[in-house]
Amino acid sequence: MTSTTSRETRIVADPDLPIVRITREFDAPPEKVFRAHTDPDLVAQWMGPNGMENRIDEWDCRTGGSWRYVAMRDGEEYGFRGCFHEVRPDELIVQTFTFEGMPDGVALEKLVLEDLGNGRTRLTATSLVDSFEGRDGFLAGGMDVGVNEGYAKLDELLARG
Amino acid sequence: MADQLSRVFSALADPTRRDIVARLSIGDATVGELAAPFDVTVQAVSKHLKVLEDAGLVTRSRDAQRRPVHLEAEVFDLMTKWLERYRRRAEARYRRLDDVLAAMPDEPQPDEPQPDEPQPDEPQPDEPQPDEPQPDEPQPDEPQPDEPQPDEPQPDAPPVPKTQEGTPS
Repeated sequence: MTSTTSRETRIVADPDLPIVRITREFDAPPEKVFRAHTDPDLVAQWMGPNGMENRIDEWDCRTGGSWRYVAMRDGEEYGFRGCFHEVRPDELIVQTFTFEGMPDGVALEKLVLEDLGNGRTRLTATSLVDSFEGRDGFLAGGMDVGVNEGYAKLDELLARG
Repeated sequence: MADQLSRVFSALADPTRRDIVARLSIGDATVGELAAPFDVTVQAVSKHLKVLEDAGLVTRSRDAQRRPVHLEAEVFDLMTKWLERYRRRAEARYRRLDDVLAAMPDEPQPDEPQPDEPQPDEPQPDEPQPDEPQPDEPQPDEPQPDEPQPDEPQPDAPPVPKTQEGTPS
């Protein structure tokens, strides 16, 4: 397993499977973290692409439910949708994830909440893509500028530390 | 750049090639030296090296007689950056979630839909507590890449060689 670590979000990429695992701790009990994932009003305040406006069309976070939201910027809309496969309050959310620009691609996401006590929670989010090729599509999917330009920006960003 | 990245990821999808890269991260080596620890022929290693070469991950000097294989660290860094970008995006989202959690009441509001009840057709307006700060977006301290592209949550991640340990600080 390969990982980058910091005091913030920790990310691990599996070398043998198209899996990425993210771990993050929150200063809130599992019940609150769970509610922030299931209440659409709360979800709208944090989930979705950075720096874009979100419109949640559907967010039925129950076993067998489904979800869809649209991220908007400069008149462009990017839709994302999926199903909630298994939802267990304060503990577990298993869902699928599809970028509508690549409707054949799908990821399976598993969110596990651990009660750390003292009103703290550890969230572990594991995402499994259906193929290594699909990952590259996601990398370029939905970009409204050339990938090279994106990388140039990234390089600048990383150079600034 | 994206094509190159794809080739790099494909090249590293094979465990033997990842082991070869791991060995080369220590230092240059000849094909024979690379083949020694593996239960494969020199010919098989040469095939693997061809894939790694095509991906730009390794080069072989043309002048030296032994033609040692050299790992191109720059290309290798691409993956580190990809992973770091993914991580930063996730962290930016989770900072927003921190703010949402800080502003949430301890108990669900009466008008808040419960996970085990049918959802209302229209979202109910949030009822913040009067004395609680509301999340204020965007957060000035968010390390948000100023990328002119939609930052779609990408559930997928590249396979990364076992030897790569994040970005050196």
